[in-house]
Amino acid sequence: MATTDIHAAQHVHSHDEHGHDEHHAGNFWTKYIFSEDHKVIAKQYLITGMLWALLGGILSVIFRLQLGFPDMDVSWLRPVLGGWITEDGKLDPEFYLALVTMHGTIMVFFVLTAGLSGTFSNFLIPLQIGARDMASGFMNMLSYWFFFASSVVMFSSLFLSTGPAAGGWTIYPPLSALPQAIQGSGLGMTLWLIAMALFIVSTLLGGINYITTVINLRTRGMSFSRLPLTIWAFFFTAIIGLLSFPVLFAAALLLIFDRSFGTSFYLSDIYIGGEALPNVGGSPILFQHLFWFLGHPEVYIVLLPALGITSEIIATNSRKPIFGYKAMVGSMLFIAILSFVVWAHHMFVTGMNPFLGSIFMLLTLIIAVPSAVKIFNYVTTLWQGNIRFTPAMLFSIGMVSFFLTGGITGIFLGNSAIDIQLHDTYFVVAHFHLVMGSASFFGMLAGIYHWFPKMFGRMMDRRLGYIHFWVTFVGVYLVFFPMHYIGIAGFPRRYYSFTNFDAFSGFSDLNQLVSIAAILTLSAQFIFLFNFVYSIFRGRLAPPNPWKSNTLEWTTPRFPQHGNWPGEIPAVYRWPYDYSKPGAKEDYIPQHIPYSETPESNLPHENELIKLETDQASGHVQEGHRPAH
Amino acid sequence: MASTTGVNVPAPGRSVWDGGVSPMGASYGKLMMWFFLLSDAFTFSALLITYGLVRSSHPAYAGSPEDFVFSQEYWPIPEKVFEAVPFFHGLEAPLVFVGIMTFILIMSSVTMVLAVEAGHRMDRAAVEKWMLWTILGGLTFLSCQAWEWTHFIHGTGVGASLSYNEYGPPDFAAFFFFITGFHGFHVFSGVCLNFMVYYNTVTGVYQRRGHYEMVEKVGLYWHFVDLVWVFVFTFFYLV
Repeated sequence: MATTDIHAAQHVHSHDEHGHDEHHAGNFWTKYIFSEDHKVIAKQYLITGMLWALLGGILSVIFRLQLGFPDMDVSWLRPVLGGWITEDGKLDPEFYLALVTMHGTIMVFFVLTAGLSGTFSNFLIPLQIGARDMASGFMNMLSYWFFFASSVVMFSSLFLSTGPAAGGWTIYPPLSALPQAIQGSGLGMTLWLIAMALFIVSTLLGGINYITTVINLRTRGMSFSRLPLTIWAFFFTAIIGLLSFPVLFAAALLLIFDRSFGTSFYLSDIYIGGEALPNVGGSPILFQHLFWFLGHPEVYIVLLPALGITSEIIATNSRKPIFGYKAMVGSMLFIAILSFVVWAHHMFVTGMNPFLGSIFMLLTLIIAVPSAVKIFNYVTTLWQGNIRFTPAMLFSIGMVSFFLTGGITGIFLGNSAIDIQLHDTYFVVAHFHLVMGSASFFGMLAGIYHWFPKMFGRMMDRRLGYIHFWVTFVGVYLVFFPMHYIGIAGFPRRYYSFTNFDAFSGFSDLNQLVSIAAILTLSAQFIFLFNFVYSIFRGRLAPPNPWKSNTLEWTTPRFPQHGNWPGEIPAVYRWPYDYSKPGAKEDYIPQHIPYSETPESNLPHENELIKLETDQASGHVQEGHRPAH
Repeated sequence: MASTTGVNVPAPGRSVWDGGVSPMGASYGKLMMWFFLLSDAFTFSALLITYGLVRSSHPAYAGSPEDFVFSQEYWPIPEKVFEAVPFFHGLEAPLVFVGIMTFILIMSSVTMVLAVEAGHRMDRAAVEKWMLWTILGGLTFLSCQAWEWTHFIHGTGVGASLSYNEYGPPDFAAFFFFITGFHGFHVFSGVCLNFMVYYNTVTGVYQRRGHYEMVEKVGLYWHFVDLVWVFVFTFFYLV
């Protein structure tokens, strides 16, 4: 108790000291640029993430043009791509590899890690647990600016004359270690590694903050068992990141030494142009182990926030309590634990001991259990609900659909025998783009539609949201469903051209369909961008609680200032899923409503809890001081 | 934690996990330090496991220790590599110098504990004294490491670099430089942090603040760095 009181006092104190001139008077730089307010930082993450998503999407469409229409004359791209378009109007093959690499890097790290976690962990954790801000606002700001620096470095690598990194987003050595191997392994790769090192620092600063905030700064009554599932998801995500990113950091440092300082941690017995390199003793497989020890948890760093966000949105818009709250938390925990012991399923064909392969196969297939629990809980939450099809709800249901479709093919791929056939084919591409790419992306979009009113105080346009959803949903399936067939037929991923080989030229019609669908899907995102920007300035003013939701963020003013609540932070008396409770006056009871005020809907054991409520209200001392705003 | 779920509540009662208080009785800063150390532990584990895997893929020396000579064919016996002591040129004292280094670093952890304890008593003079000893211990360790590196680099013949060394396979020296260097960088950061704490103690910042928690937080880091050294020492010098 004493610690928090000191805290609250310190918090309030520091606001008194600096608050007046910095936050209140609203110097542009401190309010919008170097802000320590978690809401502003969240918006910074969101907008940076959206810019990256746009770039990542455009890159993918450029290489889809090559895959769908290999004979096409793309010299009209020359004003943008310059020398990367060859004399006869074709895409440069090495630049194709760079495009694939940068598309992966951007989407996985900059959009779905920083853009998703960075936005919603920052925005929702303090608002939903009832805190004035993150534990350390300064570190939070630092986290964004490290991400920004990383973005600048990564972005500038696109403009090098030798091109950005081109060894795949997994940057396997020796391809990524030797500049002789591919142009992109020169300066482009160096910048990639620098950018990732900065990115990891940013992730750690953010993650440490999220975890500490959730543990220490929950408002009175907000026990862990009353946390919204969003917070549980962000909490687990931050822990996974905290434990896996440092391993990538170690791997990247060793790779930097191999590339620049003559060590041979990953290199051995390599011949280039008939001449042996001096490096002996290292092992490229070692890098893969280190990389995938991050790489697989990274999948869940990307996915879990989306699962949390959609759980919240689906419960709210089904007007029903989430089905199996504890099972939802438990399955996320189980997924988080399993994510650390399955990494070698990415390496079944590296010559690994088949017995080891079978262990990793077993562990991998077990992930299907908690995933299925989640899917069933989503469906049973929807079942007989009073569903409101808001755009956020549609995107959440779309997420469940992708999670299921993509998850099922995961069972095929996790099987070490079947993986021999399917490894590195378009089947894998289809699998992870559905289960982790599209599902997480839909979770992010759902979150934006749902919390836009809280972020900007205005509503997004519904109708445009519906158009955006249907085009994107159909488009995503049109892009990735045919890829399963292409993959089963044996098409390897990352190939510049298939028409050069008779064996692979058969599916050009499917590839064309995929490319057209990709262009369509990307175009639909501009509807969203327009909606987003337009609504910030011209959208309908949002009511205080537009979705009639239970969580605490909807008790703040329409435009919450730094500190979130103008008066005392509300206490919490119930879990966040009291929707359509029998006997209740309305179909939702927010978390800050005590049981003593709802005698008509209380269950017997909840009447018992009324006794504790007066206790809870008075048991608290200093928080009442309002920060200076 | 048991008290207030939506369903099946046995007996209502409040717990420290019910919000409004810091459940572990620790400030956010101290929690953050713990989580950072957890993360850093994974970085070091990754490096040490990598070292272990590469080392085990090289053949070990099979003959008797008396006949040992340096060769590119097998991983060297560490006792034969690290046996010099400054000012005792020509003396063969396997692991004595690194043992002294380790002892100094561990002693600096002890003085750090004393500084933290003095902080609890709000005894500014004692905090100053023990922080100074801790800084001195850290600097001595770094100086010893500098001497050890210099000796290792010069060697008796071609010496050692990141890509070649006279003692054994190239990866032997590469890992030695990389991991002890990475650890040394941690020690260096620790010394800087310790100095910052010392400076703030001398200027009375903590006395005015009313608590010496900062000493505790930096102390956690310092102990962690020492603990990591124990592992580095074990894997590079003893095994």
